[in-house]
Amino acid sequence: MGPQHPSTHGVLRLVLEIDGETVVRIMPEIGFLHTGIEKTCEAKFYQQVVPLTDRIDYLCPMTNNLAYCLAVEKLLGLEIPPKAQWMRVLMNELTRINSHLVWLGTHAMDLGAMTVFLYCFREREDILRLFEMVSGQRMMTSYFRIGGLALEPPLGFFEKVKSFADRFPGNVDEYEGLLTGNPIFLMRTKGVAHLSTEDAIAMGASGPTLRGSGIDIDLRRDAPYTGYENFEFKVPVSTEGDVFARYVCRVQELRESIGIVQQALAGMPEGPTKADAPKVVLPDREKMKTQMEALIYHFKIITEGFTVPAGEVYQAVESPRGEMGYYVVSDGTAKPYRVHMRGPSFANLQVLAKMCEGRLIADVVAAIGSIDVVLGDIDR
Amino acid sequence: MALAPAITDIEQLKSHPALARLLEWNGGAVQAAKFDREELTLWIEKGLIREACAILRDAPACPFNYLCDVTAVDWYPSQPRFEVVYHLLSIPKKERVRLKARLDGSSPVIESVTSVWPAANHFEREVFDLFGVRFTGHPHLERIMMPDNWEGHPLRKDYPVEGYR
Repeated sequence: MGPQHPSTHGVLRLVLEIDGETVVRIMPEIGFLHTGIEKTCEAKFYQQVVPLTDRIDYLCPMTNNLAYCLAVEKLLGLEIPPKAQWMRVLMNELTRINSHLVWLGTHAMDLGAMTVFLYCFREREDILRLFEMVSGQRMMTSYFRIGGLALEPPLGFFEKVKSFADRFPGNVDEYEGLLTGNPIFLMRTKGVAHLSTEDAIAMGASGPTLRGSGIDIDLRRDAPYTGYENFEFKVPVSTEGDVFARYVCRVQELRESIGIVQQALAGMPEGPTKADAPKVVLPDREKMKTQMEALIYHFKIITEGFTVPAGEVYQAVESPRGEMGYYVVSDGTAKPYRVHMRGPSFANLQVLAKMCEGRLIADVVAAIGSIDVVLGDIDR
Repeated sequence: MALAPAITDIEQLKSHPALARLLEWNGGAVQAAKFDREELTLWIEKGLIREACAILRDAPACPFNYLCDVTAVDWYPSQPRFEVVYHLLSIPKKERVRLKARLDGSSPVIESVTSVWPAANHFEREVFDLFGVRFTGHPHLERIMMPDNWEGHPLRKDYPVEGYR
């Protein structure tokens, strides 16, 4: 099955051993999208790695930016101003909604519900417009930089986000109206691809895949980063461990995320969006043209990079798919000695065998959709 | 925010549940410890890595029951050349610990932890593929990213970034 199969969400190849319609054994074959990002990182300056991180999990670029920036900031011991932190939370939650919308649309389409896809992509388009407004890019945003944000949010941005956030819960009701009580959808998802709590932990599942099996864990709440401790939100957990349980978790997360966006908008602090660290953070364009020092710092950062004290850091963040961890090792030079990404999809893919063996081929499609794999994240 | 200096004295770090449990089990298993940037790193004797993982997974006070990640770092040309890095998480207690095992460069071999956590399967295959570290007892140790007939291990430091031409 695959790598060109539409339901594998990219270039995932599954070797299936089948007995009639029943799957006996399932072996994922991956690596078709392997681009050696980890190796490339070792040859770049710290700040040049940020655009590479966008391309790992391309459905949630800002989550990747965030994990990398937080890791390097932790290595540097850099303090980030409150406005930048709140903007990071805001953008990160919009990214989560964006990613979940792609998941919901494609997952429902795999199971035969075409309409939901069109609705989801309609709202996703709004979010991509917001991304474009704030960063100039729809998908590969690179909006978070080491030490803060790339740009100040433009005029009128918060109003646009506000109007989206006010509208969106109604849209989620729409999706739910099409799916949650739909008998065809329920038959394809309830009791299908069951994953027990023990298996989920032992196989390294994370995110909604783990929470769908009854484990109450969310790094935003349990190990808060970038100011998540200031926000109130619930962590949806289901105990059934089937495709429907994971669907319920993610749809609830859509609602929680929009709640966080509303809180971020209401409490957005004033102030700078970059840390006060001229040797690390690029100066504003205006300053560069008027101040000698700013010009020198700009030249130094671009040509020589900045050195990072030796050490190592593992920074885990809650991506839409689970625990996204960046392990960055510094040897005290301007280039990272080693950057390793713990992709949530890479570990989640392992549970596929547990979910599908002994079941029908048609259920494999539902199972792949329910763990929400992104091949860029797996192959890196 | 100035960086606090790293603590490397095992005596001072004894209160961390992972270190306390390992010392209680086998005082010789922990070669060194380091607490830096709020993260604890323990260097484990390489022959004992699987048992150390099993001990931590089943620790009664703070079970490190979740394996986040396995990776490696190549310190070429210094010896011991490789460090295999394990990131563990305790889901009930929300504690983290990093375990490391040092391996020499001539023939890097270490025991697989797939019998402790099946999750290690993909991670160890990736380390094998990209670093050439072999894991004994791994059920399916084959290349995972690169084609099967690929020569060399790309993440080694003596492997050029552009590849061999």
